[in-house]
Amino acid sequence: MASFIDFRNPPGSDNRADRLIRATSEPLWMRRLLIGIVLVFFTLFLARPLIVVFQGALAKGLGTFLSAFTDCDILHSVQITLLVAVIAVPANAVFGITAAWAITRFRFWGRALLLALIDLPLWVSPVIGGLIYVLLCGRRGYLGPWLQSHDIRIIFALPGMVLATTFVTFPFVARSLIPLMEAQGCEEEEAALTLGAGGFEILRRITLPKIRWGFFYGLILCNARAMGEFGAVSVVSAKISGMTNTMPLEIERLYNDYLFASAFAVASALSLLALITLSLKTLAEWENKRQFEAGQRSLLEPTIETLHP
Amino acid sequence: MSKKHHILPGFHLSLGWTVTWLSLIVLVPLAALIGKTLSGGWHHFWETVTDPQVVATYRISFGLSLIAALINGLFGFLAAWIFARYEFPGRKVLEAATDLPFALPTAVAGIALTALYSPNEWIGKILAPLGIHVAFTPLGVLIAMTFIGFPFVVRAVQPVITELSADVEEAAACLGATRWQTIRHVVLPPLFPALLTGVIMAYGRAVGEYGSIVFISGNIPFKTEITPLMIVSKLEQYDYTGAAAIGFTMLLASLVVVLIGNKLQSWGNRFRNHS
Repeated sequence: MASFIDFRNPPGSDNRADRLIRATSEPLWMRRLLIGIVLVFFTLFLARPLIVVFQGALAKGLGTFLSAFTDCDILHSVQITLLVAVIAVPANAVFGITAAWAITRFRFWGRALLLALIDLPLWVSPVIGGLIYVLLCGRRGYLGPWLQSHDIRIIFALPGMVLATTFVTFPFVARSLIPLMEAQGCEEEEAALTLGAGGFEILRRITLPKIRWGFFYGLILCNARAMGEFGAVSVVSAKISGMTNTMPLEIERLYNDYLFASAFAVASALSLLALITLSLKTLAEWENKRQFEAGQRSLLEPTIETLHP
Repeated sequence: MSKKHHILPGFHLSLGWTVTWLSLIVLVPLAALIGKTLSGGWHHFWETVTDPQVVATYRISFGLSLIAALINGLFGFLAAWIFARYEFPGRKVLEAATDLPFALPTAVAGIALTALYSPNEWIGKILAPLGIHVAFTPLGVLIAMTFIGFPFVVRAVQPVITELSADVEEAAACLGATRWQTIRHVVLPPLFPALLTGVIMAYGRAVGEYGSIVFISGNIPFKTEITPLMIVSKLEQYDYTGAAAIGFTMLLASLVVVLIGNKLQSWGNRFRNHS
């Protein structure tokens, strides 16, 4: 039920309303104190680490900062990071759409189990995401002898890093689509079907436009994690600079070699990515909400019109 | 309803691809983990997971994570409350910034936190004379664990606070309750399951965290080593069965945490539907 008290804009003039505000909200000093505590926490815990990264990157001047990005090994790590993301993100995007379609459009045996298994990479340690591939494809792993005899390198090479990244980013797109598609229902898809549309036509012209912001949201989170993953990738990478180092691994190498300015320069590039991700994610959340509410309004509007002719 | 769902095409194709991809990426590799654990034999498994150095890491990973999750419970609840209830300049920016620990790569967070609390920085300069050292101590591990778990509580609690109907608070106030009584008896009970869910999720994340912790902890055996690091060091010694044994133990522990979280969530949902 809607209340006549607006929590966010407590008025000060009306005496009666004022008394009720006092009873249903905190006194002004308390509100200010709570906001102050949260502000201090955010500044110390979230903003400061981010500022330190940029300070560290520019500590030895702009020249050193820029020269980090002309270093061969660092540039190579940027390439590897992009390459891993370019393979892992689309693969999981396709998986996300098919999984969300199967789970939200049909009811079948084992559906809850499937949902739980899709979530699994979210709650296990990222190190386990690397470990399982070493145990499977490593030299002493189950497929190790066979892979070696066919001269295929997976562990300590690019395929292993792609696999481990795919594992840790596995649920992101599916997880952001499933609740959205469940809530939207499939009346429009069914209408298109009765009008003679084929399966892929429905997907392309009805479903994808409906879920575009939710899909975008999942994609950017998936991409941020794919480019920033450390634990899983560090287990399966040979960690050879200029060969199999992604940007996070290169940060570790530079940091352990006491090349702090370069380490923070690479870190600042990834921080910038994080800030862009956060802005796009917030945008996608707003747009998604707007689109969803607009959709609901269009469903409600005829009813309101018939009620108030 | 359930029959209607089967009208749409693509059931076999979409489910087939979902199960295939899931098997390739998750199930088969996980089977390798379980297989390797079993192939080492019970004796080897027990010896590995009860090794004193490994046991010491449980205290850090499972114990400190709990403290970090509780700190996040407190500050996450406060943040969720002011985001849902108060209007102030910069609220939207803070709300967006809440997810920074999700978006920031863990290696970046690791070196940033290490630099931030080093004795050269002003926070370190204030703390050092007081005898408080952060880098290479359990306190540093705690700070990293708190950092990466922060968004979970806010995300779990905030929608429930927003949903909370003002009617009951008005009713409590009309019946003569003080603000504190209203909060204690009317507001907090329906929020409690969501808060607990958020805390458990933050706990699960902190237990498995690796990237942000290894930089600030210094990885000192028996003091600041975390359990995921044990897996990495076993792998570096090519001790596959040992790494598998510790990985399997962590997997089971995470499973328990998730099951408790799911139970709490369904308990909380029941709460919400009633109100």
